[in-house]
Amino acid sequence: MKKKGVTMRFFGYTKPFAYLLIPAFLSAVISVLLSLYVPILVGRGIDYIVGKNDVDFPMIKRYVITIFIVVILSSVFNWIMSFCTYKITYRAVSDMRKELYAKFNRLPLGFIDRTPHGDLIGRMSADIELISDGMLQCFSQFLTGIVTIVGTIVFMLRINVRVALIVVLITPLSLFAAAFITKLCRDKFKEQSAIRGELTACAEEFIGGQKVVKAFAYEPRAKEKFSEINGRLYKCGVLAQFFSALTNPTTRFVNGIVYAAAGVFGAISVISGAAGAMSVGQIATFLSYANQYTKPFNEITGVITELQSAVASAGRVFSVLDEQEEIPEKVPAEPANADGRVEMENVSFSYKPEQKLLENVNLNIKSGQRIAIVGPTGCGKTTLINLLMRFYDVREGAIKIGGTDIRGMKRHDLRSSFGMVLQDTWIFTGTVRENIAYGRPDATDEEILAAAKLCHCHSFIRRLPKGYDTVVSEDSGTLSQGQKQLLCIARIALTDPPMLILDEATSSIDTRTELKIQSAFAKLMKGKTSFIIAHRLSTIKDADVILVMKDGNIIEQGDHTSLLAEGGFYAKLYNSQFIAEG
Amino acid sequence: MFELAKKYLPAFKKELIIGPAAKLAEAILELIVPLIMADIIDIGINGGAGKNYIYRMGGIMILMGVFGLASALVCQYLASKASQGVGTAIRNDLFGKICDMSHSEIDNFGTPSLINRVTNDVNQVQNAVAMLIRLVVRAPFLVIGAAVMAMAIDLKLSVIFLAVAPLTALTIYLVMSRSVPFYKVIQKKLDRIGLVTRESLSGARVIRAFSREKNEEQRFAEANADYSETSLRVGRLSVLLNPLTYAIMNLAIGVIVWFGGFRVNAGDLTQGQVIAFVNYMTQISLALVVVANLVVIFTKAAASSVRINEVLDIEPSITDGKGAEELSDAPAIEFRNVSFSYHSDGDCALENISFSVKRGETLGIIGGTGSGKSTLVNLIPRFYDAESGEILINGADVRSFKLGTLRTKVGVVPQKALLFSGTVAENLRWGRENASDEELKKAAEIAQAAEFIEKMPDGYNTYIAQGGRDLSGGQKQRLTIARALTADPEILILDDSASALDLATDAALRKALAENTSGMTVVIVSQRANSLRNADKIIVLDDGEAVGIGTHDELMEKCEIYREIVMSQESGAKEQ
Repeated sequence: MKKKGVTMRFFGYTKPFAYLLIPAFLSAVISVLLSLYVPILVGRGIDYIVGKNDVDFPMIKRYVITIFIVVILSSVFNWIMSFCTYKITYRAVSDMRKELYAKFNRLPLGFIDRTPHGDLIGRMSADIELISDGMLQCFSQFLTGIVTIVGTIVFMLRINVRVALIVVLITPLSLFAAAFITKLCRDKFKEQSAIRGELTACAEEFIGGQKVVKAFAYEPRAKEKFSEINGRLYKCGVLAQFFSALTNPTTRFVNGIVYAAAGVFGAISVISGAAGAMSVGQIATFLSYANQYTKPFNEITGVITELQSAVASAGRVFSVLDEQEEIPEKVPAEPANADGRVEMENVSFSYKPEQKLLENVNLNIKSGQRIAIVGPTGCGKTTLINLLMRFYDVREGAIKIGGTDIRGMKRHDLRSSFGMVLQDTWIFTGTVRENIAYGRPDATDEEILAAAKLCHCHSFIRRLPKGYDTVVSEDSGTLSQGQKQLLCIARIALTDPPMLILDEATSSIDTRTELKIQSAFAKLMKGKTSFIIAHRLSTIKDADVILVMKDGNIIEQGDHTSLLAEGGFYAKLYNSQFIAEG
Repeated sequence: MFELAKKYLPAFKKELIIGPAAKLAEAILELIVPLIMADIIDIGINGGAGKNYIYRMGGIMILMGVFGLASALVCQYLASKASQGVGTAIRNDLFGKICDMSHSEIDNFGTPSLINRVTNDVNQVQNAVAMLIRLVVRAPFLVIGAAVMAMAIDLKLSVIFLAVAPLTALTIYLVMSRSVPFYKVIQKKLDRIGLVTRESLSGARVIRAFSREKNEEQRFAEANADYSETSLRVGRLSVLLNPLTYAIMNLAIGVIVWFGGFRVNAGDLTQGQVIAFVNYMTQISLALVVVANLVVIFTKAAASSVRINEVLDIEPSITDGKGAEELSDAPAIEFRNVSFSYHSDGDCALENISFSVKRGETLGIIGGTGSGKSTLVNLIPRFYDAESGEILINGADVRSFKLGTLRTKVGVVPQKALLFSGTVAENLRWGRENASDEELKKAAEIAQAAEFIEKMPDGYNTYIAQGGRDLSGGQKQRLTIARALTADPEILILDDSASALDLATDAALRKALAENTSGMTVVIVSQRANSLRNADKIIVLDDGEAVGIGTHDELMEKCEIYREIVMSQESGAKEQ
């Protein structure tokens, strides 16, 4: 991405707050002009203090009062200016965060599966923090800086046009120096924020996976990995920070040279005594204005490098924002009709082009059928589910629900017509009640209670320290894996969708409880098309259709008895299990 | 903040002394330049010293510029080095500390908060160190220097300086004391943003399945707004600092003009001296603006360092023992009246459990959902410590072992199959870094993973994304089993870790395990009575209590609950 584009886009976020920019700018103008006026007032006041018994007190009083008023006004406007820039920055950055979050929800699952979560979290927190710091700095310094420059130019022009022009022409030298250094540190900052992302990813992975880290006494190696990345961050950080800190002394140096040269040549010009030569007083004016004029340039160039760090971070945020989203949904001609019919026509799919997974799958499921999918692990069962829910799009062929191609449906309509329970549970940080009501936040307490009872959650929830109001999360030790699965099932029971997908939904639940919740499942699945991935025979046997998958293909299809009679792969699988169980 | 400073700054003594000194040198040189310019005018022009003198003085000025630049560069470089160095050291220590914490301590903080502390909070402190070196000497130097100079001119008038100083200090104190608590809250709210982000990434499938994106965005928007609003509130306070100090200083200038008038009128002061006074006040005012900015940065750093210290100050509740004396004839695992609960106010997760397992034996654990199976096995490698009672391995209390030793002895396959980014081989070598390729292959074969690993594009060198998200549930479980087997532990714990395997694979796995782990003591937690049938001993847990211990046959005879479990699973098979 081009740097200019990033910077422009970066400031684009402040556009909605233009209404604040105007008062911010006006306040900056007023505050700076007033503060430039203070020294003049002080000078005039002092003019009335000539010497012993020669002090004009009434005039001094007038000036002192004026100074007081001007100072207080200047402070107030300064405050308004700073406050407005704060507001603009925080609001803009807040919008950026929201946009990034919304983007996470629209990115294809493939991207989320592939990218280290810590890296994405880092972009959300650390990078956006840097952006906000940079923006804040930039606004307050830029605004006052520009006003000061313009202000002094005006004051100087009023005194002496020639001198002013010379000063104006010389000072940009420091800008050249700044531009050079900016170039120098841009790459460093980019590298730094990339390493920072890597470090966050490493921290997230190892802290999130501490249980496994401990189980394998892996701590020393985890620390080693972390400190290796940390060491690289140090090396890069020292240089990035150093380069960025170069601007200020360098521009000051350039100004110092300009100052010296001006002084020397001014003095020579005075000595030469030629026509149009400068007077001593003019040198003094020239020098003092040159000094005053270069100060804001120093500040601005300092900010520019600081901005580099923010721009590097912004680049990382924008690169996520620019990721290709899930293919936008077409607005369907007519509302989707999820009547329970599911068809797959010549579906082929693979996660990676070089690794074939599903090939030419055909399927025709009637409304209300119960479908069990069996096959060795890794044969593509879960992939089939991923395609049904359109977490991934088929590479070839089509999936139709109720006769409509799912790519022509709204994702919301498609997904809410399925109730899905996965083996990997997901409990978010919130109360048990909120977790159960996840699919239907408007559910009443009675409904939640009923769902919990139906799925045999009620008894263990009641024993939690605060019952339904206990705050739980995926990582905390409050719930066992099986209990988490039961909560996930209760979630589905509450939403009661027209079709069901159960992917190893009861793998961590003991068989006695499972038997008890069979009635819940029976009630849930009644008249609904349901897809079940399970290993337990009882669940598989009752299915209307058993799909036997192997290496990405459906190799057998039929009910339990017919498949056994066929004596194919299913029979072999079943017999091996039967023997294993017997 | 002082604790942190005491701990990490001494390592950078050199940077901390030379850096500010160099900055000071630059500041002094800067002050001398106008004097030289005065000489050019006074001696060069008015004194008629001529061109050569002017050129020489010009040369000196440029030379001083070069020196100034050089010393500024030295300061900036040392500041970068020290601040990044402090940041790096704190990050390493934090991460190390987190690795030493026990499960319950990590759960208390929460992963997102810990990540934030390692990244954002350290950044704030790092920033403060850089500012410390760059500005902390320069700004007060200018303030004090100017004040002293003013006093030298007129002691009476400089009373104004003495009045202004406490006023400024009070302003800074008021603003700071009011904003410090906010900064702590802000960081907490940032944790919340991290938490919501992290959860929505890990739960992407479920969120989409329920089409709850909009609601999640709402949840995030709330956390986000909360954070922004608090930041703004603190912003409203801290932006007061600058205009207030400006106002105090410039009002003081007005006062100087007024009282200076009286002094001059009385003949105690000249006009020029009043001008000098005003100039010094201006100088102080400029320096104070810098101080005000410093204060804000330090306030933030103070809040962050409290959060960093919270982590560094944790005394891990589970630490190395002094060294265990293992007995060769003791049972491999023994529980004596062990009780445990997760919450002090909650129910007991385990109550009064006693049993022992001989070396080489297989122990099965079965029981209802939430009956305490995982809790029980988590106590063996000391993921948690028992509340009462003792757990012995080879006759030695688990608390007497060095943690590393204990956990190398005990291999755990956790219920939730979690892999790390890296190749398959790297993941398998977690337990033992120097395992040979053959050993990896052997472990993979026992875990029934060899076949699918070899089918992967790069075999054992195939890259796995974080968490193993690109693998199926069964593949992940088999890899985690292979990972534990690679370590070749004395005790192998399988915590319901074959739940996603089809029965045929499960059977093959158990067969291979039985054949290859003859010396290994194996603990299997399972929902399937069948998987445990051949165990030497089975513990039946119900609600945290051991309601039956014995072999399959014994339990069938006397344990009601066990019978129910077995019946519930055999019904399917019997109909056949």
